[in-house]
Amino acid sequence: MTGRSSAKKPNSRPPIAVLVMALIAVAVLALPLVGLLQRTPWSSLGTTLGQTATLEALRVSVVVSLVAAGVSVVLGLPLAWVLARLEFWGRALVRAVVLLPMVLPPVVGGIALFFALGRRGLIGRALNNWFEIDTLIGTTAGAVIAAAFVSMPFFVITAEAGLRQLDPRLELAASTLGAGRWTVLRRITLPLMAPSLAAGATLAWARALGEFGATITFAGNHPGRTRTLPLAIAQANEAGQPEAAIAMSVLLIGVSLLVLIGLRHRWIAPRQPQPPGSQETSPS
Amino acid sequence: MSIYADIHASAGDFSIRATFDAPTGSCTAIVGPNGAGKTTLVHALAGLIPVQQGSVMLAGQLVDDPAQRIHVPSDRRPIALHSQHNLLFPHLSVVDNVAFGPRCSGLSTRSAHQRAEEWLHKVGLAHLAGLRPAELSGGQAQRVGLARAAACQPKVLLLDESLASLDAETRTDVRHLLADIPATRVLITHDPVETRVLADQLLVMEDGRIVQSGTPDEVAADPRTPWTAGLLDVNLLTGLANGTRVALDYGLTLTSATPMTGPVLVTFSPAAVTLSTAEPHTSARNTWEAEVARIQPEGDRVRVLLGSPAPCHVWVTPQAVGELGLSAGSRCWAALKATELTVRDA
Repeated sequence: MTGRSSAKKPNSRPPIAVLVMALIAVAVLALPLVGLLQRTPWSSLGTTLGQTATLEALRVSVVVSLVAAGVSVVLGLPLAWVLARLEFWGRALVRAVVLLPMVLPPVVGGIALFFALGRRGLIGRALNNWFEIDTLIGTTAGAVIAAAFVSMPFFVITAEAGLRQLDPRLELAASTLGAGRWTVLRRITLPLMAPSLAAGATLAWARALGEFGATITFAGNHPGRTRTLPLAIAQANEAGQPEAAIAMSVLLIGVSLLVLIGLRHRWIAPRQPQPPGSQETSPS
Repeated sequence: MSIYADIHASAGDFSIRATFDAPTGSCTAIVGPNGAGKTTLVHALAGLIPVQQGSVMLAGQLVDDPAQRIHVPSDRRPIALHSQHNLLFPHLSVVDNVAFGPRCSGLSTRSAHQRAEEWLHKVGLAHLAGLRPAELSGGQAQRVGLARAAACQPKVLLLDESLASLDAETRTDVRHLLADIPATRVLITHDPVETRVLADQLLVMEDGRIVQSGTPDEVAADPRTPWTAGLLDVNLLTGLANGTRVALDYGLTLTSATPMTGPVLVTFSPAAVTLSTAEPHTSARNTWEAEVARIQPEGDRVRVLLGSPAPCHVWVTPQAVGELGLSAGSRCWAALKATELTVRDA
């Protein structure tokens, strides 16, 4: 009897060792933030953040991260569709290349961009010759490209997963009701993918907002053009202005927390996903 | 002809080869064991899978002809399809689901909604218009799916087991609805009664081929394969019930165990009828004298088809045929217990 009841109700007291390890993990992740917040000059936070240089960095960050997220969506959505829906030789390779920026050190990406898009780079020369674009280096456009380079993979994998979860029979059903390709895309596919699209775009944007290595390597550190918040933080820290660095860091932490709270249903407390076709009746 | 189909198609490693036609406004029922290719055939008509050889014409439009490289995509065919899986759009409300087809045909949002509400009313679900598909029961989802297909007002309506998960009462209502839809209908079903009541033409599919076709009565009277014989092994008569008395349309009045009123369908098994040479004195509530129309040995048993006043078939042993002296044109007495009758609303 006891054996059966204990099987029904698994041991309710978790093992101490697991709890201790989990606690240590939380400490590793949280303590640096606590240290930062403890050093934060809360009273002068407003004035520090209000400085022109900070506001400028904030503006560049907002512009660069939003445009990069936009580029990620516009180019990443068709790519996600191709990866999810088309079977072609070398698809695994394409996916690996697409995901590479996620695992690559961003500085490597920055160097790669430099040699591809720099004045003497493969594409840079063509841009110079054909479009009279002198150089992307040192421009906000360059910073956008660097940010898009590191953030697009986040959108692509999220959108591709969303597409794969979608029951393709729904799209076929729509076509048997008279919906052409674009109508199916507009009224069925995209609305059904909306949660993944939103999550992917948010992740891409958050990644672009935090981008440092590729930006500073490729686009440089020019105030008002390529100096985003992360670059400004590093700059302030090195220039012996820890207050400014801390203030801007707190700002970024706040934004990141907001993003995570916005995505909490997806990541922090995932809701039971509805299995595709749950409304179905079993064929009799 | 509203449908002319000569289809050679394959889905995976399974292939079908089927030729049939159907006049405008008719109803064709497709029956067959699971895996016979019924859904594949209907999907080929819908344009969801390509036809490899042959041609398909729907409502005067050539929609498939691989020799001429013609394949009209689903959305430009004069069809609507309702599949047994319903496949309601989970992000749209019930009324928006039903309005989807009309919207695609170019109707304004308002007229599309109007038409959707009409169809929801017809399937008895007008009160659920605002719900999401996930909130519906299986039977309700099926009716919404059916309404969604019908609301397209297609020339050809393709129905893949559209009544499978309905309870008996709604099934009758929906069957009436289907009978009244002016479209040429193609209907996959497993229900012999549905077949006999709705279909003008019956196609029996086995192993990707049409093994028999004809009117439901023709096929029921002379099934060519054991599967068909099994499916259609039921006698179906129509009549008017008044309590436990059912006046058949053929002049005979039967007694049943279930009191009903109004037009009814009476079904009974061919094995439930006993035959004798003289008027039997028996507990069976129903006895009548009938003329033997045909005698047909099938395996170990013999199918005796009785003519008026209650056309039906009866299973007897070969010995019984000899002992009773049954032959086409001879007369005999039939007995049927009231409890063997199933009576339901027509």
